Amino acid sequence: MIQISHVSKNYGSFDVLKDCSTTVSKGEVIVVCGPSGSGKSTLIKCVNGLEPFQSGEIIVNGTSVGDPKTNLSKLRAHVGMVFQNFELFPHMSITQNLAIAQVKVLGRQQDEAIDKGLKLLDRVGLKAHAHKFPGQLSGGQQQRVAIARALAMDPICMLFDEPTSALDPEMVNEVLDVMTELAQEGMTMMCVTHEMGFAKRVANRVIFMDHGRIVEDDSKEAFFANPRSERAQQFLAKILHH
Amino acid sequence: MVYEFDWSSIPGALPILWDGMAVSLEITLIAIVVGIVWGTLLAMMRLSSIKPLSLFAAGYVNLFRAVPLVMVLLWFFLIVPRFIADLFGLPPNTDLRLASAMIGFALFESAYYSEIIRAGIQSVPKGQMAACQALGMTYGQAMRLVILPQAFRNMVPLLLTQAIILFQDTSLVYVSALADFFGSAYKVGDRDGRLVELLLFAGLVYFVLCFAASMLVKHLQKKYQPA
Repeated sequence: MIQISHVSKNYGSFDVLKDCSTTVSKGEVIVVCGPSGSGKSTLIKCVNGLEPFQSGEIIVNGTSVGDPKTNLSKLRAHVGMVFQNFELFPHMSITQNLAIAQVKVLGRQQDEAIDKGLKLLDRVGLKAHAHKFPGQLSGGQQQRVAIARALAMDPICMLFDEPTSALDPEMVNEVLDVMTELAQEGMTMMCVTHEMGFAKRVANRVIFMDHGRIVEDDSKEAFFANPRSERAQQFLAKILHH
Repeated sequence: MVYEFDWSSIPGALPILWDGMAVSLEITLIAIVVGIVWGTLLAMMRLSSIKPLSLFAAGYVNLFRAVPLVMVLLWFFLIVPRFIADLFGLPPNTDLRLASAMIGFALFESAYYSEIIRAGIQSVPKGQMAACQALGMTYGQAMRLVILPQAFRNMVPLLLTQAIILFQDTSLVYVSALADFFGSAYKVGDRDGRLVELLLFAGLVYFVLCFAASMLVKHLQKKYQPA
């Protein structure tokens, strides 16, 4: 589904990504973790071309992301993405947020789009909030709407960029529950997150990054039981301590 | 000897002054509409990653912001009427002063509007554009549906304030002998030998209108201030 081969990216002389390679198969759930500044968010944003990269290749469902001939909009329409800061459109109601891209990008009828949006809103447990505006919802609720908005496009895979990092602690679980459910239904997912409980529960593989390199890329069992690199051991020791 | 005020020529001049006000308002309105539309395009060009576009917009804005408005109006007064007459094959005596004043104004004010709008676009968090793109929207769709609506909402007070300044600036069209409000007041005062009274009266009208409008802007700002 997603093949990342030898991807490198730099800002001037600063290397953000160094020769990163991995693959994500259909139905797999991959958790990407690592210290801040390790390039994990950049890597996931390269997958749908939000961040350009200088060398290497990323193939998503048979389409090369870095190829200048690729219609990126068309590709992105079917790759869902959830952001750290939700990025709902504040000037639109929740219903409009869910429908707009379906109508404008996929060309669906307004009624059909609203119908689909409301079904997904129900699925993330927020049907009662359909008429509200994003500013009237809590962070956790907004993020669940953002997930529903991405799902409304019938994505072939979902990218999560630290979906719970901006949330108050008591709201983290409502978002992780939705993500867990999604994973169990067989959605292909790539998640940048520090939520190791989530990784242990649903991930197939864990990728650990440091200084722009993929340091570990292993099954979750192997990663948690016996991380090979010293850097990953230190990271886990710090993060699992509490 | 103390100057003796004589206000008696004002009541009779009201119809002329009213016509002048209509001209001032007409120029203001056209300049606002063109200024916002053309200013938005300029702002988008300026922020564009396509170098020639952003250079053109930067050059345009800097040029118009670095020359006095009176001068621009005079250029347009002297050049544009002949140009338009040639273009449309109009007889040479057609009165195009209003049209050229409007064009001059609109092009000048666009430079100021584009800077306001550029700041407005930049006030929308970058993540909004990323979210649009991640949903498959094109740059144009993202701008039209998501970025510009938010940008305009953020900058309504500034746009209105600029409109008030613009209204005052319209008095400068007197250089092209156009009978706007200020020009009409001047003419009547000159005719009746009561220039001081007419200009004081005109000043009072400008003050009342602009002060009331800026109070309104303040009120709106308070009412719609984002929490």
